[in-house]
Amino acid sequence: MTTPPNAVPESFSESRVASQASAPAVIPASQLTYWSIRREIWENRSIYVAPVIAGGLGMLAFVLNLIFLPHTLRALPGMDPGHEQMMIAMPYGHLVWLLLPTAFIVGVFYSLDALHGERRDRSILFWKSLPVSDLTTVLSKASIPLVILPLLVFAIAVALHLVMLLLSIALLLMRGGSATLWAHLPLFQMELVLLYGLLVIALWHAPLYAWLLLVSAWARRATFLWAVLPLLAIAVFERIAFHTLHFANLLQDRLIGFAADAFSFTTPDGSPVDLHFIPVSLLTPGKFLSTPGLWIGLIFAAAFLAATVRLRRYQGPI
Amino acid sequence: MACIEARGLRKVFGTTTAVDGIDLRVEEGRILGLIGPNGAGKTTALNAILGLTPYQGELKVLGRDPWVERDQLMRDVSFVADVAVLPRWIRVSQALDYVAGVHPRFDRAKAEGLLAKTTINRAGRVRELSKGMVAQLHLALVMAIDAKLLVLDEPTLGLDILYRKQFYDSLLNDYFDRTRTIVVTTHQVEEIQNVLTDVMFINRGRIVLSCSMEEFESRYLELIVNPDQLAAARALKPIHERQVFGRSVLLLDRADRQQLAALGEVRTPSIADVFVAVMGSQSGPAQGAAR
Repeated sequence: MTTPPNAVPESFSESRVASQASAPAVIPASQLTYWSIRREIWENRSIYVAPVIAGGLGMLAFVLNLIFLPHTLRALPGMDPGHEQMMIAMPYGHLVWLLLPTAFIVGVFYSLDALHGERRDRSILFWKSLPVSDLTTVLSKASIPLVILPLLVFAIAVALHLVMLLLSIALLLMRGGSATLWAHLPLFQMELVLLYGLLVIALWHAPLYAWLLLVSAWARRATFLWAVLPLLAIAVFERIAFHTLHFANLLQDRLIGFAADAFSFTTPDGSPVDLHFIPVSLLTPGKFLSTPGLWIGLIFAAAFLAATVRLRRYQGPI
Repeated sequence: MACIEARGLRKVFGTTTAVDGIDLRVEEGRILGLIGPNGAGKTTALNAILGLTPYQGELKVLGRDPWVERDQLMRDVSFVADVAVLPRWIRVSQALDYVAGVHPRFDRAKAEGLLAKTTINRAGRVRELSKGMVAQLHLALVMAIDAKLLVLDEPTLGLDILYRKQFYDSLLNDYFDRTRTIVVTTHQVEEIQNVLTDVMFINRGRIVLSCSMEEFESRYLELIVNPDQLAAARALKPIHERQVFGRSVLLLDRADRQQLAALGEVRTPSIADVFVAVMGSQSGPAQGAAR
């Protein structure tokens, strides 16, 4: 995020000529999107601060735990290969399990404020005085939880995994052991699975974030309550009126339902998979892509975003 | 091509009619003052012109429909709503970066030059600036945009007199070049009287008076009447009369200057005085007010 693609403004003389020729100079859509996203990150530093802190905490825990590593490795030869891999991969998996919920929480609160904050502080009048369309603005805001945060999680995870690996190897060498750790650690496979998982989660949660953006564009205050209470009310109403839980199940499915479709949690021999390390062989992208829930969710996401764009066009300061 | 052209512009909020069928034509290179009491519909009309609110009727700004093409229109139009709209979290340098990134007609060097004349710290955030400095920053950003139309809605609200004076001086000296068009609303009418080329009074969503400043100055005359000639002066049907230090001051519409000179001291009235007279006659019985 340091080199703008095309950020050099025209020189004064050029812009004068352009205006007199009344040919509207145009900034490419990619550049408008780039600056719109950058402005979101300026405003909401928690987008990167929170995952970095979570990663830092995970790293600290790992370093404190590093003293047990030689002990773990000594115990390995007696184990079966699958279990052995798991023992080594565990701390690497822990880090990811720390980053994912952090990114989710940051994404939720970011989305709830994204279109509410600019109306609350009246800055919407400033943003609207510039030649950036409501569509570009809303899509840029939606890309924070759907693209930027997942990429950030991935980058932080890969970087810290490499540091963890180097620290482990250094420690083992100092203790005079062999550096065979690398051979036991399926790091490349782990990162591949992480990338797949991030993509799956982003697609599955897209309607959720789009709903939050819609509420933030619509509600005058208490965006969190407006986003959550109606859903809870429907679930409770259904429970009382019909003694069923369809809506509650639907919500639960929208939060965590992707897992059952995108991954297989039993190995070919029927034993359950440890969540610290899911091998590539157990990914089921075909099943995930053929889940109606995915596509219905994406249709809802598109509808919510379209409504959000429309709302932003009408909305002014509150 | 007129810069702004409206026919039958209307905007209704629920049961209140904010803008009630305005016909408007602003030519290029004019500085128009839109004057009206609170709730007269000024801001609503400006919002329609800026594509911030949907409307009924016909409206073209620089040949475009503002509601449909706001983002394209904003390449050629700048506006300053009031001093409080710059986001408080943004750094001065970030504001420059952002506008330079998204605006094709932003001249960063010019903005930097304007900021260099102020005491604004480039690394500071807007929330750390005083109200006057925020206005200076916003004006620097806007003046560095090579726009065809600049809309100012109460741009100096809440600023002290030094900043207000500086604001309009800067606007005239460093920005206005007779090809641009400026539309400004303010309650500090006296301060912009010498700046304007055109003036428009608006009340209850309707245009009450619309004329160029030359027309205004030749049309309205203020007469400080010699006490013994008060009856003769009143016979000329002044649109307003007030007492200043015990002498009657009459405001006349389309009177003969020669004729008045015989009755007392004649001078050009301030926009504020004419405004009070015209608005007063609006609420009371009509006595030959403008239009």
